[in-house]
Amino acid sequence: MEHIRTPKVENVRMIVSPRKSTVGTLYLSSTHTIFVENSEALKETWVLHSLVYNVERLPTNSSGSPLIIRCKNFHVYRLLIPQEKDCLDVLACLTRLSRPEHYGELFCFSFNPNLDKELREKAWGFIDLKAEFSRMGIPRNLWQVTAANHEYRLSDTYPSELFVPKSASPAVIVGSAKFRSRGRLPVLCYFHRDTSASICRSSQPLSGFSARSSEDEQMLQAIMKSNPLSEFMYVVDTRPKLNAMANRAAGKGYENEDNYTNIKLQFIGIENIHVMRNSQQKLIDVGELAAPSMSDFLWGLENSGWLKHIKAVLDAGVFIAKAVAEEGVSVLVHCSDGWDRTAQACSVASVLLDPYYRTIKGLMVLIEKDWVSFGHKFSHRYAHLDGDPKEVSPVMDQFLECMWQLMQQFPCAFEFNERFLIQLHTHIYSCQYGNFIGNCQKERRDLRLQERTHSLWPHLWENRAEYTNPLYRTDHSQTQGVLKPLTTAYCFKFWKGMYGCAEKSVASYQSSADCLNAVREESQQLEEELSAHQERLAQLEERKTSGERKKTNKLSEHVRRPIPTESELSSPQDYFTTPRSEKNTPSFTLQLQLATPHKNGDPDDLSTGSDFESGVADLSSYSSSGGDDTKDPDSDEVVKANA
Amino acid sequence: MELSEHIKTANVEDVTLRRPFHPALRGTLCVTSHHLLFSNRKDEASWQLLILLKNIDAIEKSVENLFGYPRAVGSSGTITIKCKDLLVLQLEIPGMEECLNIASSIEALSSLESVTEMYPFFYRPSHLTLLGPWGLSTTEQYYKQTERLWDRWRVSKVNSDYSVCPSYPSAVIVPREVDDDKLIRSARFRQGGRFPVLSYCHHSNGMVIMRSSQPLTGANKKRCKEDELLLQAVIDGSELGYIIDLRSAQQAQQARMTGGGFESKSCYRHWKRIHRHHERGKVVQESLIKLVEACSDLSHSVDRWLSKLENSKWLSHVHSALSTAGLVVECVERDGHSVLVHGSEGTDNTLLVSSLAQIILDPASRTVTGFLCLLEREWIQAGHPFQQRCAHSAYSHARLKQECPSFLLLLDCVWQVWRQFPLALEFSEALLLRLAQEVYASNYGTFLCNNEQERCAAGVKENTHCLFQSMLKPDIEEQYLNPLYEPTDLAIWPSVHPQSLQLWTGMFLRWTEYAQNMEEAREEVWSIVKEHRERV
Repeated sequence: MEHIRTPKVENVRMIVSPRKSTVGTLYLSSTHTIFVENSEALKETWVLHSLVYNVERLPTNSSGSPLIIRCKNFHVYRLLIPQEKDCLDVLACLTRLSRPEHYGELFCFSFNPNLDKELREKAWGFIDLKAEFSRMGIPRNLWQVTAANHEYRLSDTYPSELFVPKSASPAVIVGSAKFRSRGRLPVLCYFHRDTSASICRSSQPLSGFSARSSEDEQMLQAIMKSNPLSEFMYVVDTRPKLNAMANRAAGKGYENEDNYTNIKLQFIGIENIHVMRNSQQKLIDVGELAAPSMSDFLWGLENSGWLKHIKAVLDAGVFIAKAVAEEGVSVLVHCSDGWDRTAQACSVASVLLDPYYRTIKGLMVLIEKDWVSFGHKFSHRYAHLDGDPKEVSPVMDQFLECMWQLMQQFPCAFEFNERFLIQLHTHIYSCQYGNFIGNCQKERRDLRLQERTHSLWPHLWENRAEYTNPLYRTDHSQTQGVLKPLTTAYCFKFWKGMYGCAEKSVASYQSSADCLNAVREESQQLEEELSAHQERLAQLEERKTSGERKKTNKLSEHVRRPIPTESELSSPQDYFTTPRSEKNTPSFTLQLQLATPHKNGDPDDLSTGSDFESGVADLSSYSSSGGDDTKDPDSDEVVKANA
Repeated sequence: MELSEHIKTANVEDVTLRRPFHPALRGTLCVTSHHLLFSNRKDEASWQLLILLKNIDAIEKSVENLFGYPRAVGSSGTITIKCKDLLVLQLEIPGMEECLNIASSIEALSSLESVTEMYPFFYRPSHLTLLGPWGLSTTEQYYKQTERLWDRWRVSKVNSDYSVCPSYPSAVIVPREVDDDKLIRSARFRQGGRFPVLSYCHHSNGMVIMRSSQPLTGANKKRCKEDELLLQAVIDGSELGYIIDLRSAQQAQQARMTGGGFESKSCYRHWKRIHRHHERGKVVQESLIKLVEACSDLSHSVDRWLSKLENSKWLSHVHSALSTAGLVVECVERDGHSVLVHGSEGTDNTLLVSSLAQIILDPASRTVTGFLCLLEREWIQAGHPFQQRCAHSAYSHARLKQECPSFLLLLDCVWQVWRQFPLALEFSEALLLRLAQEVYASNYGTFLCNNEQERCAAGVKENTHCLFQSMLKPDIEEQYLNPLYEPTDLAIWPSVHPQSLQLWTGMFLRWTEYAQNMEEAREEVWSIVKEHRERV
């Protein structure tokens, strides 16, 4: 609290679009910035401090001091604060509070959703990786759990339990670990029951120009042999070949095909975290353009290179999935350290291979397995603490986007919807739950996160109705077997729900998914009612009472209309501000802007006008179509936490 | 010359047909006066592909052993057929001569010029009859049904013999207080005689959308009193109207040098002019060609794809059409002013903007019937020159004449609206796709000729069937319905932010695997809704 000099500022204007703004009061708590509209609805907007990416103050003008809050989930809030001094105070306070220096300051340690200790512990057991490995059906005669990494002796960034080929002796395991960056030796990541081929992961070998390790060579041999049907295995280096070669000068590099028997080395060419960080920044800038022309937008999209990188990640997944499912060949995947590109490639491949990972629970399991347990550096990559900006990179964003791109191609294949992905994305950055705090399992254990914080998964699971894709059906052809996506360039689209912040606030669209969900829900209700009535009818008929039959005819009266009508309509766009437009129309624009408030102020306005306005006013309740709810979904709990 | 004289080889056996994403098939190829028929009889099941020759946009042939060894054993040729609905087929034809014969027949028969030789004049399905009225509605009927017009507007038959404006229908709706003489004088002052007529009257505030062609002010700023009075009568006492000129101010100025021009402020005092630049004609046609080319090249990287997509400018046209339509609606619906829309000729972008504006603001035009009536009124009766504009599509190598995919652009814009408001339109994407196909090649007479006058002369109404009528037959209509339709009376303001506009994959990637998955999704939506309806 000591950083908050001005806890409350009145008459702040929140600018939603050039044409729409609301006046309200701004509150600063130790965890949130809260904007409460002065309107009757007292609409609240909550912004978590840990989600704030940066705060920018623009020069004060006659109407006040503009302040722009940009969030890590790409929301942007534009405020106009009457007094410059207040604006400076808010700026200083938010700047400090959005950059915690110690883990202890993170919101997850104060967030307390009123769960008792027992429930909290049970919640942490919601995702069980042991159960997941047994679900894969790993044959015990070929693979086994090794205790070699007990107490993180072998690799401090790996999980303590590792699956390795049964034929690999302890000496081979230790020797292989010594020959790999950070001791991240090749271990099992996913086992494909249909072909017995597996996906293994590791970091790069310390091969330099000539070094070799017979243990590491035996390790790869053992992995290959664990797939009795195949005669070779792939080693997928997800880096561009040039980068991999450059690493040799530092005593690292890639496997020499002459030293390892029966391996095929394949480079995929996913760029490094620095390239990705810059690319995403360019993409965000494109999403923020106020009134771009079509060409500005497409050119900016191309120039960002973002979709090219997404395609590279998906290509890696497709290559691995093909090898495992079609050729029946095992794959070892690595990059440099084996915690960014490797995690992306392995998890995308797993989603393509195994329908389970396309369910809500399955995706949670996958993230917990491939990302959390295998030491993806969440706190570094997503800047949980004020640290080295060069460590920050949207690795997970890219994985989630791959899921979204796949959903565009296979609308019926995924149990979860876009909102689920966006919610995951927010929580990876938010530090509200303990799941993604820290950089590896060991660090999380040392932080005693399970005792001090809460788990996100049960919370998402309870609200799964909100995250369900209505088109998903377990018996649909798209949910069966291996997904074979097209990776033609035209399949990759700008993810508007995530990056389209210029649009989020302005327009809200009808969502066919929401409508379908409502329809489905209603169907289900009706089904239940029907069976209840039928039961009742049967009972009554047994008693030979008549006259109850009309009950069934009445069914339709119970039906509530599931489909939102007025509220989902968007407001008119800025049809006037054409980019690079004619310079001959300024007088007109001015004229209309003057005319509009006059119309709005007129209470006896034409009926359509008022209808239309009500449509706009109701927008708030439907603005969540893309998961862009301005109100933090957990705010209820937060209020309790603060009270 | 009889059509059949173009056919030198009518039948070829053992032809191999290759289609995208299907295994190759062997069968018999047959050319008739209007069709290409491929049939494959294997075991019991037979499969046929029937293509209207008019649908064929371009044909490429490659013949082995072209020189030197005529009639050599095993010589064969391949014909690649590129259709106006963007389908590409390959036919491997044994026998070089047969191949060349087939190719030349297709070339001759796919580019017939005479309307009455076209297939709609021969199409006689048993379930349709030529008796009864043609089309869905007429100007008079529309007027009769639209009570809000009766007070201030009237139907004028000044054009009953098409002498005042050759491209207008025989009846048009004009302000009640303007007599036919004034209309005739106004028509003389407008390019092609397209004087301002009513396109739409707002269902609640009574404001109107008018459309016309450009005024012929010329270099020395001619005036026309009657034209000014006509427009004055439109706004009738209200203080202001807007003229949306679909050219840039500079272009409008330049038009004066060739006899055209614009409504100057001094002469039309109560009208405010806004210029919005829209590309037209050849530029738009070339956009389509570039876009289709970009979509069919599978080899390129994401960067190259985006650059080609940008370079085609197709989405920019979509963007400007929707923005200007939004502007028109904003004037009419929000500010309560009447609008006159025109470009130069008033037969392309003008119709595009006026009909899009109606979709945005008028709930009645969002039903299947309403939409088809809108197309009939605003495109067919209003004289969009379909025959010229749709002579060729994206593949043709022929030199461009009057081609321009204005109508396809409209369908794309409507698709964008549907994508943003998936509950607001009663019709589905299937309807738009069907129209996109029919406008280029059809069994029906609806899109024949360039205007009502030509249609009358050719006897289209007496001798062909009407597409719209057939689409509204209950058993057929169902496939065009949007399962999620939930009518709303409000205006549906589309977002015109570039990130909200997308490539119309259903159209431009129609023959790819991509479309397949979408089809499955559509079926899933239907099955959910049907299940629900059964329960209710």
